[in-house]
Amino acid sequence: MKTRVIGKSVPRKEGREKVTGRARYVDDLSFPGMLHGVTVRSPVARGRIRAIHFEGEIPWHEFTVVTAKDIPGKNCIALLIEDQPCLAAEFVNHPEEAIVLLAHHDKYLLEEARRAVRIEIEPLPGVFSIADSLARKEIIWGQDNIFKSFHVEKGDVDGAWAGAGFVVEGTYETGAQEQLYIEPQGMIAQVTEAEGVTVWGSLQCPHYVHKALMILFGLPRERIRVVQTETGGGFGGKEEYPSMIAAHAALLARKSGRPVKIIYDRAEDMAATTKRHPSRTRHRTAVSRDGKLLAMDIDFTVDGGAYETLSPVVLSRGTIHAAGPYACPNVRIRSRAVATNAPPHGAFRGFGAPQSVFALERHLDRVAEAVGIAPEELRQRNFIREGQTLAVGQVVKEKVDMNALMGRAFELSGYHAKRKQFAAANSDSRGAIKRGIGFASFLHGAGFTGSGEEYLASEVAMEAMADGTVHILAGSTEMGQGTNTIFAQIAAEALRLDCEQIKIIQPDTAYVPNSGPTVASRTAMIVGKLVETAGLGLLKLLMDGGFLQPGYTAADFSRACGEYIAEHRVLKSFVKYEHPRDLHWDDQKYSGDAYGAYAWAVYVAEVSVDTRTAEVRVNDFVAVQEVGKVINPVLAAGQIEGGVAQGIGFALYENVVWQEGRMVNAQMTNYVMPTSVDLPAIRVYFEEIPYGRGPAGAKGIGELPLDGTAPAIANAIAHATGVDVRRIPITAESLLEMLEAVHA
Amino acid sequence: MRAFLPAYEMETPRDLAAALGRMASEPGVWKPFAGGTDLMVLLEAGKLPHKKFLNIWNLQELRGIEASAEHVTLGALTTYAEVQRHEILAREFPLLCRAAAETGSVATQNRGTLGGNIANASPAADSPPALIVYDAEIEIVSAGGARWVPYDSFHSGYKKMNLRPEELIRRIRVARSAAGWKQYFRKVGTRRAQAISKICFAAAARVEAGRIADVRIALGSVAPTVLRAVRAEQILRGQQPGVAALQAAQNALGAEIAPIDDMRSTARYRRNVARNLLAEFLEVLAG
Amino acid sequence: MPERARKIRVSCVVNGSEASFEAYPLARLLDVLREELKLTGTKEGCGEGECGACSIEMDGALVNSCLVPALQAQGAKIRTIEGVAIGGSLHAVQQAFITHGGAQCGICTPGMILAAVNLLARHPQPDDTQIREGLSGNLCRCTGYMKIFESVVAAVRRAETRA
Repeated sequence: MKTRVIGKSVPRKEGREKVTGRARYVDDLSFPGMLHGVTVRSPVARGRIRAIHFEGEIPWHEFTVVTAKDIPGKNCIALLIEDQPCLAAEFVNHPEEAIVLLAHHDKYLLEEARRAVRIEIEPLPGVFSIADSLARKEIIWGQDNIFKSFHVEKGDVDGAWAGAGFVVEGTYETGAQEQLYIEPQGMIAQVTEAEGVTVWGSLQCPHYVHKALMILFGLPRERIRVVQTETGGGFGGKEEYPSMIAAHAALLARKSGRPVKIIYDRAEDMAATTKRHPSRTRHRTAVSRDGKLLAMDIDFTVDGGAYETLSPVVLSRGTIHAAGPYACPNVRIRSRAVATNAPPHGAFRGFGAPQSVFALERHLDRVAEAVGIAPEELRQRNFIREGQTLAVGQVVKEKVDMNALMGRAFELSGYHAKRKQFAAANSDSRGAIKRGIGFASFLHGAGFTGSGEEYLASEVAMEAMADGTVHILAGSTEMGQGTNTIFAQIAAEALRLDCEQIKIIQPDTAYVPNSGPTVASRTAMIVGKLVETAGLGLLKLLMDGGFLQPGYTAADFSRACGEYIAEHRVLKSFVKYEHPRDLHWDDQKYSGDAYGAYAWAVYVAEVSVDTRTAEVRVNDFVAVQEVGKVINPVLAAGQIEGGVAQGIGFALYENVVWQEGRMVNAQMTNYVMPTSVDLPAIRVYFEEIPYGRGPAGAKGIGELPLDGTAPAIANAIAHATGVDVRRIPITAESLLEMLEAVHA
Repeated sequence: MRAFLPAYEMETPRDLAAALGRMASEPGVWKPFAGGTDLMVLLEAGKLPHKKFLNIWNLQELRGIEASAEHVTLGALTTYAEVQRHEILAREFPLLCRAAAETGSVATQNRGTLGGNIANASPAADSPPALIVYDAEIEIVSAGGARWVPYDSFHSGYKKMNLRPEELIRRIRVARSAAGWKQYFRKVGTRRAQAISKICFAAAARVEAGRIADVRIALGSVAPTVLRAVRAEQILRGQQPGVAALQAAQNALGAEIAPIDDMRSTARYRRNVARNLLAEFLEVLAG
Repeated sequence: MPERARKIRVSCVVNGSEASFEAYPLARLLDVLREELKLTGTKEGCGEGECGACSIEMDGALVNSCLVPALQAQGAKIRTIEGVAIGGSLHAVQQAFITHGGAQCGICTPGMILAAVNLLARHPQPDDTQIREGLSGNLCRCTGYMKIFESVVAAVRRAETRA
């Protein structure tokens, strides 16, 4: 189907503001009479608060001081459940847990004051690893330290071992990863009699913050207002945490009667806010002599930190993605999210799938080795096809051809030739540089799992002005990924207008409906579809009313809007998500149609390893994915390139150093993300098989690149060096030891 | 930004004599402040205990690069950017230029100075190993006079140096005697740009008739101060750069360095990589 | 109460205009630009000179404004992102960032553009290595740098065709 605007690299809607420095992020805003706020945090991982002392030579009478006692509603940051306190009252359960809030107009004096608050805590023993949590050395959450568990069962796993040609086991681990958006978290809050509670800040999900504040303040919906400011990156790190910082700013604002701004510096942001869940996966796989998967027994655990936050959902996605794009008749997945005394882990692009996909794709290379076939042969013999079922029992109803994607990725990367050439060159032991090439094949479901989208019941509104300008009102947020631009394109396409005539209204809970959170690779596919529908709805109003005829021009449209509004006062279309009737999901059995659509991908990484220093360099990276329809080629490629860069960081550079639940390398000097000289050319290619329920056929792509990048690199390192990589990040220190072991 | 700014003072002395006079009148009270690339980081972390600074950034007496037949003398305020741009340094002192190019980024290289790097006394700094290889000397001045000291005895311990509170570094002098020697520099960091060193290896050797006539080797991040690998050098002098010399030199090197486990790396990694970089250096000499 | 130093008065030139402000001597130039001069285009990303979001030009040299104390700005010629476009006309680099996707969330963009403009002033026709090295002090979490490089290359090409 030919499109006018969709498929074109329309320049970013807010691009001009961003390149001139005029875009306004939360720290760029200032309100009259505004105070600054800071948070005093627990220095220990677990304990009972005995006393709070306000010491030093500080004029304490000038300060606004807030503790848990000042919370008017419920002392919690409501999310899935209400277990996480807004401010610790009696017990602390992780380092950096917030205990006291301070506000003052002098931000330098405020820091002195923060240092002068001494919190007396009687320490309790903490739990700091998945193993210790499962061993229940201490019960630190609920009855058994387990936030959530799942059990997926397909076919008859137990019966498959006897007839197997090979049985391959392995354990794989991934570490925490910090989202490291370049704009740290921040909020400004104001509480007045007239308006209630208003917060402005850097966030992904205005309605999450809204709900949390309602419960914290015990106020009805219309007394809380949340406004998103220009947001400098999120990647999931601003999905749930903003509710906490908004709550803190609002409590200070309420008590002081003044607007309050809280901006974290980098050290506080890194140490106190969410990170990717560390994971441990155990695989046991039965395969036939000729490489057909007979059974997969997968055990998947994620470390959720001290409170539940979103761990059940992270676990869910990780569980559903754990068996990959393969047709295996017998699959068992047992998974759980466990508590430790670390700051709660949270959403980070990929959301559980990068963890389980790393394990799977590394494991399958080892399975291939056991069978004696090439890793790509193992995949080719098992790639799922239309009509077959995934591990959770979903019948694949999309046209998918993983073999073709793989073929294309291999051609673009020179995979086969390099596989042979590097192996030959590496066998010369004199060369210090070993080269390798490896791949990962994977899928990523777009939208909320199972009945999640139905539960979200997202809404979008579209309103035309008398001059023909069209406003999109949605709770979806722009944070660099291109929401504003693709919504404009989708609307422009539906209305047969230019993007310049479309305006995206700033997400503000007072004005925009709840379109669900900006997460889960759902914004283009789910919310974009609602935008498209709303546009068609607007047209229908005009045409049914006789204001517009088919074949209209832009001028006709503007005139028609003016006339409609003169007669009806408002020209607005309102759409609510309707769950497709042919998608069925069973929450009890954890089976059925997990996602409306999947993106499918094969990524190839080429690396060189300097055996003298164990430094790994990614020399080339090819990312091939089938995504339905590319709405904006430049933006879409930008998403994949950026995601691959984060995946390279996940694999090689980004190491959180923990000491009793505290991140001790909480500076950019010591927590290392790739610079412009650390990354190769990242080459991105799209295939398009339109998805009927996506806008113009688009599926979701935001998280996809995080799934396949790290395992492709790990497999390439294994090819280069013979090292059996089992955990990421692959630090030079650990790799050097493994290289020595290989040579010994 | 965690510092209590009102507690900090900075003055701009009109010339070097005035700066030294101020420092002599209240020894230990006034500290020199150059480009700020180290001190401002400490300030922002709330970890700068010292409160009174003298802005020496504009003191012309501390700037400039001069060459004589035997030395190149650099003002303490020579920035990393200036080091890289200087024709003689680029030609004859490649280790120093490499160190400058691999310290921080373009922005920090415009403000970071050699004198500041030395005075910060971090064992992870990248210029010191190069300075050791080039037989650097430091000119120390105070209101009472000036003296030259060999750089390799300047640091007395971790973050310590033989610099009295009323003294500051005026010039750094490097010997041109290694021009024409085979030179090798490698910094292994956490990534390829803007990285703190896990280990830094600078070396130069004069090879005559297939033998190592003379050699200088210095390392960073493997001891409380920058380290000159005198034992490894001793083993290598007079040898052919081959396997036998290598293994003995590696063992000597392994014994004379004292790397630690820290947030960035491990003692084991540093020791093994030091050995491997020595091997790479010898390959350069043999090739 | 800790002893309080006096604020000092600093005069300099910012984006071609005389500027004067009061600040503590060790106040960060970054904060002075944002709070005293209301030029909020320069951003704080790390407060330790690692991310480059605070990059500006000072006397023609690219520096991290979070590491420059206010006192040392005395007499300096400073250019921030607000001074890159002349009149209403975007610089070629700015235009290229819009067209080629060099900006995603935009928080690194002001610093990145300063670094790119500064690079092109020093190397009008940079090769791939020079571009990467020139920007290595500016971290971007969104783009993976690819479209930033493409934007710089496009800006160079545009300057070439005009020359």
